[in-house]
This record gives sequence, structure tokens and C-alpha cells, in this order.
Amino acid sequence: MTGAAVTHTGKAARPGFRLRPGRWALKAAALVAFIYILTPLIFITWLSFYSQEIPSYPPQGYTLRWYGQAIGNQRFIDAFVISAQVGILATLIGLVIALPASLGLARLRFFGRGAVNNLLLMPLIVPGIVLGFAIYVMLVEVAIRFEWNMLNSFGGLVFGHVLLVVPWMVRLIMASLAGFDRTLEEAAMNLGANRLTTFRRVTMPGILPGIVAGSMFGFVASFGNLELSLFLVGPGRTTLPIAILQYLQWKIDPTIAAISVLQIIIIAVAMLITDRFVKLSRVV
Amino acid sequence: MARLELDRLSKRYGDFHAARDVSLDVAEGEFLVLLGPSGCGKTTTLRMIAGFVEPTAGTVKIGGRDVTTLPPWKRNTGLVFQNYALFPHLTVGQNVAFGLEMRKVAKAEADAKVLDALKLVQLDHLIDRLPRQLSGGQQQRVALARALAFRPDVLLLDEPLSNLDAKLRHDVRVEIRSLQQRLGITTVMVTHDQEEALTMADRLVVMRDGAVRQIGSQKDLYERPADHFVADFVGRSSFLSGTMAGDAEMKTAGGLTVRCAKSLSGPAVMALRPERVYVGREPISGQDNTFPGEVEFVSYLGSLIDIHVRLSPQDRVIAQVPNHDSAALPAVGDTVHVGWAATPAVFPADSDMRA
Ligand SMILES: Nc1ncnc2c1ncn2[C@@H]1O[C@H](COP(=O)(O)OP(=O)(O)OP(=O)(O)O)[C@@H](O)[C@H]1O
Ligand SMILES: [Mg+2]
Repeated sequence: MTGAAVTHTGKAARPGFRLRPGRWALKAAALVAFIYILTPLIFITWLSFYSQEIPSYPPQGYTLRWYGQAIGNQRFIDAFVISAQVGILATLIGLVIALPASLGLARLRFFGRGAVNNLLLMPLIVPGIVLGFAIYVMLVEVAIRFEWNMLNSFGGLVFGHVLLVVPWMVRLIMASLAGFDRTLEEAAMNLGANRLTTFRRVTMPGILPGIVAGSMFGFVASFGNLELSLFLVGPGRTTLPIAILQYLQWKIDPTIAAISVLQIIIIAVAMLITDRFVKLSRVV
Repeated sequence: MARLELDRLSKRYGDFHAARDVSLDVAEGEFLVLLGPSGCGKTTTLRMIAGFVEPTAGTVKIGGRDVTTLPPWKRNTGLVFQNYALFPHLTVGQNVAFGLEMRKVAKAEADAKVLDALKLVQLDHLIDRLPRQLSGGQQQRVALARALAFRPDVLLLDEPLSNLDAKLRHDVRVEIRSLQQRLGITTVMVTHDQEEALTMADRLVVMRDGAVRQIGSQKDLYERPADHFVADFVGRSSFLSGTMAGDAEMKTAGGLTVRCAKSLSGPAVMALRPERVYVGREPISGQDNTFPGEVEFVSYLGSLIDIHVRLSPQDRVIAQVPNHDSAALPAVGDTVHVGWAATPAVFPADSDMRA
């Protein structure tokens, strides 16, 4: 991982240079990995156009009907709105926590720094089910002790998702900070900028790729999360992954495939737009 | 443009003195160079002036104002970093404008000043480039323009030329110096390159282990080094060590009695500049000291020749002679005579210097 200080971008190999066998092997391995990752996506996309209700091979024809069903399903629309709201809110709150946390961890030497650093990684390591259950138990305790019921509330859901978002952000912002040349900050101060101005005008632009990438990954982690949400959603207020799961319990027509494809497209578009502003490949 | 005064400025890291009692008085428009071996505290001193290192004792005054406790952004110094530290996300023009912007200079006026500053370093045609689209030498000049654009009271340069190739280094050296003189800006430069220091400075400061060893002009340092270290560090010398024996006379370790132009007592070291040592087939007349010796080594430098002559098992001097006639040069093993005038470059033996 490199930060914004890296200025040169790896351009394609110069033409006229013969690739050595090692290079070919590397390219072949990359291709295999790529196909491995893409295959399920290709199949689900194919399936989403099957005309028959019970998916079976070979397809009897093709239709756009399932997309119509997916978009027309009020449950899915409501769940999508909830997921988007939770994702955006959790990302914003996460940013408020992660930015100062990353700065502190990257730049201050304090007792317990290593512990805090690892603690912030925890949500990435602990299984979502465990985390979800733990938060659930905690909210029950809070409800009993303080009579403040966040159980199955929107606030409780967002709270849980912040935990999913923060580790991604902290990792990526810290990676950016590690590659950030601090003499730039000294240069700004020497030129007359106080600490705040220096942060705004020099540090922020320098670590922006990390902030944007962290927000992006955090949002995607929140948007796609199933296990944690299972414990935290309320009646009549489900997230999209849960709505998909519920639908699957009584029907397995290609509507699910269609909604999955739509979800993939939305995330891919978001990634592409982000990449136009900051080169994600530089940070992750 | 202002006078810069450091008064017994010190910086301690735990028990370690990075700078101790550094006192300097830099006149308005003067170009002062801090010279010394690696780790002697040059950067530390410069950074205390700029406000990035908080001194443990002493004061910094710029233009008569005590700035010791002011943060960097209130000091009005222009610092050129060794790695230039140009803002990568801003164009050349925006980089140079940064200091003016911080001082809330009106846009039109700032634009004019940016252009002026870039013209000074002959880079006005690259105003819209990004730093990464510039060569090292161009980046260096942009950094200089950025530090000058807002007319700082003091210009600070930390090894500004060390990332340039040899040829460019020579050109930029002259460029910086003439620019500094034209603007009459008080300047402190740090370097460990002796030649750079000698060619650019009005006055030099030789530092060692955090302390100032000598302050003076090129001639002062060369002709009258203050101690063994300075004599060794500035220019080339060969050394004779021994003990003072009576008034202005030293008895060397090898038993020679050498006359010098300074009185002191106890163990002492004498520094001899190679070009001030004469070599001949006969005893050298008209010199205060003349001794026979055996040629131990001849180093052919082209226009000049180094001749190492052993006077006794413990004493050796180096003479540098012009290459007038290579056939007449002594060969290794020849017996020759060397002579030199009584020199004031005699110092008490320095415990932390090898003889
Ligand atoms: N933050 C610090 N903590 C502890 N010691 C330090 C610190 N900064 C500098 N030093 C020490 O202070 C001494 C002087 O450092 P300084 O950077 O001023 O040297 P310098 O003269 O600029 O050397 P160079 O020519 O190598 O740049 C060095 O021995 C260095 O190790
Ligand atoms: Mg230094």
C-alpha cells in the first residue's frame, strides 16, 4: 500500500520489450484468479435473464421480467432505502471517529497504542454473528439498566454498522498517512499556515485517497452485511441482504439473481466514480 | 531582511546535546554558512531558527524581536528543504503563492509577486506545471522561489544542493548566491560540503558536537584555524604533534625542535598547509624551519604534486608543489629538505582528535 506521496504511476510495459516466461506465468495466474472471482458473477447475471421460474439448465428463453419484479417489489425498495441510509450514516459517523483515530495512532506515541490499534481491527476478525449477538446483548443491558431502548431501532442498527465501517477507514487512512511526507506540513507552517490551515490545505489533500477509499470500503461492508444486521433490524424495517434472505425462504425464482446484479452494478458504478477522483489502486 | 541573533541556543535530547550554547550574530543581508561533519547539530540549529525545534535554552531574535517562543508560522522565515517539500497537489504557481495567500495578500498583487519570484529563478514559463512534472533542479528553484516570494526576514537553506548532480550544483550555487546578494536577504545555509561553503559564504561557522568551534571568513578559517579540529576540517593540513618547549618552540614526538608563531605550553599539535611547505635538494633558506627527510610517497594530481616526506619515525609532513617540471620531481626514497615559516597554527592537543 502506498500513499499519495507516490507520484509515478505504473505505465504499461513499453512495447518492443519481450516478456520473459516469468511474466507470462504471472499474467496467467492473474487471469485464473480473475476468472475464478468473476465466474459466479457471470452465472448469476446469466441466470437473471432466464425465462423459466424454477432455474434449471438449459434456459428455455430469456426475459427482462425478473428485473421488473425486483424493481417493482416494495419490500426490496424499502430495504434498499434502509440499507442505503444505514450505510451512508454509518460511513459519516465512522469518518468522524476514524479520522482523528488514525491521526492519533499514526502520529502520537502513547501507552496502549498497540492495543488500540489491534482493537480497531477486531470487527474485521470477529465473526459477524458473534459481533451482532454481542451488540444485541449490550443493547438489552442498556435497555434494562438505563431504560433507553435501542433494541431493533434504526439508531441501534446504525451503531452496529459504524463498527463495520471504522476498521476499514482506519486501515486505509493510516496507510495514506504512512506514505505522507510530513516535511510538507513543515513547509506549510514555514510559509505561514497554522496547524488547522496546514491540515486543511496540505494534510487532507494528501490523505484524501485514503479517506475516500476507506469510506467506499466501509460503505460497501455496511451495505452488504447480513449477519450483524440480523440481530439489529426491527419489524418492518429490514436491510436489503435480509430482504433477499427472507424472499429466498419461500421462493427461488431469478428475481434474486436480478436484484443481486443490480446491487453489483450500483457498487461497481460507485467504485468507478470514486476512482475518477482518487486512484483507488494507489491506496489499496 | 533583518538581523538574526542567536544567544546561547541549546537543544538537549535527554543527556545528549544536539546543540550547545550556539551564539551567532548574522548581519542584515549577510550569507552565513553552517559547516560541520554529519550529526554536529547544523539542522537542529536551523530548525530552532525556523521554529520546528524548541530550544532547551537560549533565545532567537529576528530583526531585534525575540521569537524564541513563537510557532513557525509567526516567524516569517523562508526555509528551503533538502527534499524541496513542494506541495504535490498544487501547481508551481500555487506553491509559490502559498506564503502570500497565508499573508492575505490581495489576489492581483499576489499574482504579480508569484510571477516575479518565478522570474527570479527563470521558471515563469512552468507556472502551471505540477511539481512531479519538473526535474530535480527545477523543483529546487521552485522551492527557492516559494521561500522568497513573500520576502521572508531570513532565508534558511538546509543542504539545498545535495540532491543535484555535480554540474548543476555548481550553477545553482552561483545562482543562489547572486540572487541572495541582489535581494540583500539575510541567509543561513547548512552544508557539509566544504567547497560549497567556501564559495558561497560571507562568513562561516564551523560546528562540532553541537558546539560552535570557529566563526570567521574563509581566510580566517584557513589562515588562523582556532583549533585542531577546524584546521583538519577546513582545507588540508598535515600535523606534527609534540610538547611546547619554551617560547614559540615545539619539540615533536620524533625529537625535532620546530619554531612556531604562538606561545603556549604543554602537549600541542601544529598544522601545516601543504602548499606552505617547500621542498628542495638543499636546506631551505629563508624559512624558519628546515629539516632533511625521506620521500615516502608521491601523489600526482596533475597540475599539483603531493610529496609526503618523513622527517623522523614519528613525524611526517605533506608538501604540495606545482608541477613545473615533472623530470625534476623527487622520487620515493630520495632524501630531500623541507622548510616552512613559523606558523601560528599551533593548538593544545585535543583529546578527541587523533594526532
Ligand atoms: N529528535 C531527536 N531525538 C534525539 N536525537 C536527535 C533528534 N534530532 C536530532 N538528534 C541528534 O542530534 C544530533 C544533531 O543532529 P542534526 O540533524 O542537527 O545534525 P546535522 O549537523 O544536520 O547532520 P547532517 O549533516 O547529517 O544532516 C545528531 O546526533 C542527531 O542524532
Ligand atoms: Mg542535517
